[in-house]
Amino acid sequence: MQTASSPAPLLAARGLSVGLVNRHGAFLATKRVSLAVDRGQSLGLLGESGCGKSITLRALLGLVPHPGEIVGGSVTWKGRDWRSLSKSEIRRIRGKDIAMIFQDPASCLNPVFTIGDQVTETLRLKLSLKAKAARELARDLLDQVGIPAPEERLRLYPHQLSGGMRQRVMIAMAIATEPDLLLADEPTTALDVTIQDQILTLLAGLKERNRMAMILVSHDVGVVAQNCDLIAVMYAGHIVEWGPTYDVLRTPRHPYTRGLLAAIPRLEVSGGRRPLQTIAGAPPTPGELPEGCPFRLRCSSARAECATIPVTLDHKPPGHGSACPIVT
Amino acid sequence: MIETPLLSVTSLHKSFAGRASLVGLLQGKPARRLTALDDVSLTLGRNEVLGIVGESGSGKSTIARCITRLEKPDRGEITFAGQDVWQARGAKLRGIRKDLQMIYQDPYGALNPRMSIGRAIAEPALVHGLIGKDGARALAYELLDRVGLPRSVAELTPRALSGGQRQRVAIARALALKPRVIIADEAVSALDASVQAQILNLFGELMRDLSLSMIFISHQLSVIAHLADRVAVMYLGRIVETGATADVFARPRHPYTAALLKAHPHLEARRSQTPALAGEIPSAYAIPEGCRFNTRCRYAETRCRLSDPPAAAFAHGHEAWCHVLPDLETHTDI
Repeated sequence: MQTASSPAPLLAARGLSVGLVNRHGAFLATKRVSLAVDRGQSLGLLGESGCGKSITLRALLGLVPHPGEIVGGSVTWKGRDWRSLSKSEIRRIRGKDIAMIFQDPASCLNPVFTIGDQVTETLRLKLSLKAKAARELARDLLDQVGIPAPEERLRLYPHQLSGGMRQRVMIAMAIATEPDLLLADEPTTALDVTIQDQILTLLAGLKERNRMAMILVSHDVGVVAQNCDLIAVMYAGHIVEWGPTYDVLRTPRHPYTRGLLAAIPRLEVSGGRRPLQTIAGAPPTPGELPEGCPFRLRCSSARAECATIPVTLDHKPPGHGSACPIVT
Repeated sequence: MIETPLLSVTSLHKSFAGRASLVGLLQGKPARRLTALDDVSLTLGRNEVLGIVGESGSGKSTIARCITRLEKPDRGEITFAGQDVWQARGAKLRGIRKDLQMIYQDPYGALNPRMSIGRAIAEPALVHGLIGKDGARALAYELLDRVGLPRSVAELTPRALSGGQRQRVAIARALALKPRVIIADEAVSALDASVQAQILNLFGELMRDLSLSMIFISHQLSVIAHLADRVAVMYLGRIVETGATADVFARPRHPYTAALLKAHPHLEARRSQTPALAGEIPSAYAIPEGCRFNTRCRYAETRCRLSDPPAAAFAHGHEAWCHVLPDLETHTDI
């Protein structure tokens, strides 16, 4: 993936396979996922529900919920294998160098403590600040993420804030340590479109200003298209296409990416309700992956050999690659 | 339009009592009221799709619930095929109930988990006496064919189906009564993109084949752009702009519509440095004086804070409620 002379990427996963357990037994949620992100770069993990994008994000932090585990591959942080790090180093990286925000900020905030209590607690733990300094920094951070009247907001409880404001609070806590990498799992999915636009503009600004890297998980092609330098398209646990956003959207190569882009209604009014192109069937349930290419059952270009071919990207990052050897 | 509309809503008002605070009660203050709809009027023509778009709390679902008699409006009139929906009684009311069918966002919540799909689809028709017991199976098969599901699905329960299949079942059941109007409230919002396209195409087919009319409520502008002939844009309980979808989306006249279009995540454009719209939607308990959009509007003037804007009319029934009517970005090739 990297030549010997070039520096290691900030974060890289190679051949990452994650095993999970549900009521039917153990299954592979991701298969041989490889990705890399560098300082100041944003990567979008795009896919439909159950494709393994969120679990990939957790696996990057080594946070696969028990009894699931990483069963193959490796994750490196600044060139060092996650497994070679000591517990305290991992704690420091997770607490300081990498931050994460989620879809539902309400479930990440404790309803019985004020915003101020929670933000300052984080700052005191992560930055070893004294109470007064933490309070001051908390106010600054809330200001930075565009919360009006931050001093007053610190005294409020989570339920007194709107969803958009709660997400801003989460972002304020996430950027407190000036992390190198922000992992964002559907951060705007629960928000109205004008608030989504505000939050994404805020994240883009922070990325620019702090040279922060970002991995954004989303099901929304538009959100990824507008906010990411690179796109990894996931289907049924595999990355089926990878490349610079512009290339993937202009010249999609994998039949799934092509189908997905054709299926999305556009804002220009076509009139007459001209049928959208569709992909037949539905995404497979996690744990019921077919042999060979996972997309072959819905793919109009599928051939007999698709049942046996291994799924691997033909071109490794940072170029534009597709996991389909049939359609080029 | 000379033709009388199939469905018309005139000056609809609806508010809900908020929870009173204990202190407020002791002080004898009345409970606050949340304004869901404030003087909303709209029409639906025959074989037309009216899209209603707006953010959460704009009142779009409340309109649907008032039309289908799930919420009683405080004031205003809803007329369907010449009948007042809220005055009708007996056979006339049953006829209206048959003719106005609703489809919701979550088909799993709308289906009885213990009832077979075949029975769930045929039951409304049985209740309304459109078919006898012996006709149930044939009707279920006919409707499963119509919505593109295999007949074997009739024996299954909802649990065995995917989200897209369940939404097809909910559509089949709505069609069982041969309704004249379907009201779909965020009916494709929970579906994955590849499945959403299938359901949108199904709605398109139904519109073409069954001479239906439809009110399609969605927060997704692209879905409205695809399906709706006309659109009503709502903000805080009021329609702020309405007209043919092509006109409104290509040439928005209300600053809020323009902001929604700009905030929509486009595939082609890179995001701009500033958000399309600052601030948040105000509380429906305390709707701003004057134009309700003035607190977030970059074009707001003094008069916008003082009085409600009147309707400004443009070509082909395109209307916008704005004092200023600023020059807005137009989207010839959005």
